[in-house]
Amino acid sequence: MTATLSKVDRGPAQEAGPRPPRRYRLSNLDAKVSPYLFVAPFFVLFGAIGLFPLLYTAYVSLFDWEVGADEPLFIGLENYRTLFEDDQFWNALFNTFSIFLLSSVPQIIVAVVIAALLNANLRARTGWRMGVLLPYVASLVALTIIFGSLFGPQYGLVNDVLGLFGISPIDWQASTFGSHVAIASMVNWRWTGYNALIILAAMQAIPRDVYEAALVDGASALRRFFSITLPMLKPTLIFVIVTSTIGGLQIFTEPKLFEPAGGSGGGSEHQYQTVVLYLYQSAFQGLDLGYASAIAWVLFLVVIGVAVLNFFLTRRAVR
Amino acid sequence: MRHRWVSVLICAAVSAAATTACGSGGASQSADGKTELTIATFNEFGYEELFKEYEAAHPDVKITQRKTGQGQPHHQNLFTKLGAGSGLADIEGVEEGYLSQVMSKSGQFNDLKEIGPKIEDNRWLQWKTDAITSKDGKLIGYGTDIGPLAMCYRKDLFAQAGLPSDPEGVKALFATWDSYFAAGDQFIAKVPGVAWFDSAAQVYNAMHNQLETGYYDKSDKLVVDTNADIKKDWTAVTAAVAKGQSARLAAFSPEWNTGFKLGKFATKTCPSWMLGVVETQAGPENKGKWAVTDAFPNGGGNWGGSYLTVPKQSKNAKKAAELAAWLTAPEQQVKAFKAKGTFPSQLKALDAPELLEQTNAYFGDVKAGALFATQAKKIKAAQYKGPADGQIQETVFSPALQSVEQGKSSEEAWKAAVEGAQKAAK
Repeated sequence: MTATLSKVDRGPAQEAGPRPPRRYRLSNLDAKVSPYLFVAPFFVLFGAIGLFPLLYTAYVSLFDWEVGADEPLFIGLENYRTLFEDDQFWNALFNTFSIFLLSSVPQIIVAVVIAALLNANLRARTGWRMGVLLPYVASLVALTIIFGSLFGPQYGLVNDVLGLFGISPIDWQASTFGSHVAIASMVNWRWTGYNALIILAAMQAIPRDVYEAALVDGASALRRFFSITLPMLKPTLIFVIVTSTIGGLQIFTEPKLFEPAGGSGGGSEHQYQTVVLYLYQSAFQGLDLGYASAIAWVLFLVVIGVAVLNFFLTRRAVR
Repeated sequence: MRHRWVSVLICAAVSAAATTACGSGGASQSADGKTELTIATFNEFGYEELFKEYEAAHPDVKITQRKTGQGQPHHQNLFTKLGAGSGLADIEGVEEGYLSQVMSKSGQFNDLKEIGPKIEDNRWLQWKTDAITSKDGKLIGYGTDIGPLAMCYRKDLFAQAGLPSDPEGVKALFATWDSYFAAGDQFIAKVPGVAWFDSAAQVYNAMHNQLETGYYDKSDKLVVDTNADIKKDWTAVTAAVAKGQSARLAAFSPEWNTGFKLGKFATKTCPSWMLGVVETQAGPENKGKWAVTDAFPNGGGNWGGSYLTVPKQSKNAKKAAELAAWLTAPEQQVKAFKAKGTFPSQLKALDAPELLEQTNAYFGDVKAGALFATQAKKIKAAQYKGPADGQIQETVFSPALQSVEQGKSSEEAWKAAVEGAQKAAK
């Protein structure tokens, strides 16, 4: 702003005068260009690895673009039309939402409870707090392989334990609901502690005097939790819910590695094939990049839609 | 100095746009005037010592190997870079399972009859060469190794079921698929808790590959729903599943490994390389229980094995073809067999004493080399593979058979498989 003003101030008089000294011109250039240079890294990086792939994916999705084929064929919105008529896509979308709900809902509730417990006066507090973060530190791939073997349909430990209670073995690979529960339990195992720590941090920021006032008024511990703690956690809960929405709808590693023989079909009848897994299968097994790009874009829009919806729902609940 | 940086930057930008390869990419003259040849392989081809030998004999050539651990990422990389138009090695290994996808892009590979050196007739088993010859007669690759099929079985469990258990006696059981499934009925009636085979897909794929016409006819038309032979095989396998002959263990899954250890199935379709897998999975505690015989229902079959191809991207295609031809000569493949156990596809190599005398201690000191050489010669012809053939087998028929093992009816699963194949072929 100042640069513009001073330019106007100097006006034509300056142009008529002798050229300003070289040093002045350089510093003038410095003042004008440097700020752009300073912010450039972000925009260059964002453009190169954020915006460009996003737009290029949209471009590719308009073609019948097979990996290695001679010439991609422009087909307009045909990929999207096929996609909306594709049962396997709707099935994948259903699976994604089912796994998302089975993981996120219990996860956030349990995370709040764990945070409340950790917030109490415990012995070896730091130890407990570090403890809940351990699953998050463990390698996702190792974790998934271990869970896959726990949930083995024939020789898995989970079925053995269920057998002790007289429950007949569940085929975790064949049953749609069973496989979703198995995958959701992997997600929960990994993320509950992480979310609990974020919520714990927010809990500790709640001013003590509010609780003291409530205590003086004779509010019970339960009442204090529901009337003070929860409402004051809302901004953090919004954050946790939105991030787990984005993560949950893009779930890939768990269902991919849950397939025992390493395929990408997500079960013999796609019982647990998620949208990203279907995308992966279309791109790298079907080698159909155009179709995979169309899936990517639809998923992108779905994620944004759900994240915004969640944001408004949670924000409304604050008031 | 400054200029160099600029050129590096431009180079990086340009190769990001995937049009040209700069400096180190692809093949080029290296600083000392040698021709650098790159060769991309996966798993173990057993070529490490051979490269040194070739370099010693050809002082003007420097060989760089790009080795990938597993086949899947290697082929993914191959197809991606075929699409990008650059970045491939001068010689690319191709596995039999990906052959149909490679053949559908045969235009991007060199015809080795045209650019390669003169090669003696009948170097390879006929079906091995046929499978990589395009419809217009171009030879896309040189055969390296193969995976001839034999039958592995549990001696102790066969004896328990009252079946013959010596390698000669069992041959009658493995004469045809009918006799195989009939023996299965007998077996499961006698030995409770143990299945006849590991999974339906493992049996079906072997049956399917013996058919003269598979999922496609020679004009690349999908014939899944009209080819009666496919339906016949499907019915036979799913009927066996219904009777309880399958252990319902997806191949290469952790539970499949457990199944080996616990002895949950009595037979296994066994390509040459499977002996090592059985030994690892069944473990020392089951030593002496597994046996292998040179019989396979309906003759022979093949599962696995690779080729060396020279993509058109290569800038030293002629020299690359020379190297590939040398590597796939019988003498060299016998050395690779000794190094890493890759079973040679060359007729002369199949008669080499080193191969014929090889024994396998885990399978009761059986002369495995001679056994699989016999099996390799039983294979009649290569089935024609259409463009989406590999995908139909991997992502449609195998899962559909698994769904039958999980309780779906054979008819419903068949319908789903046909629809899936049509979708994959689109």
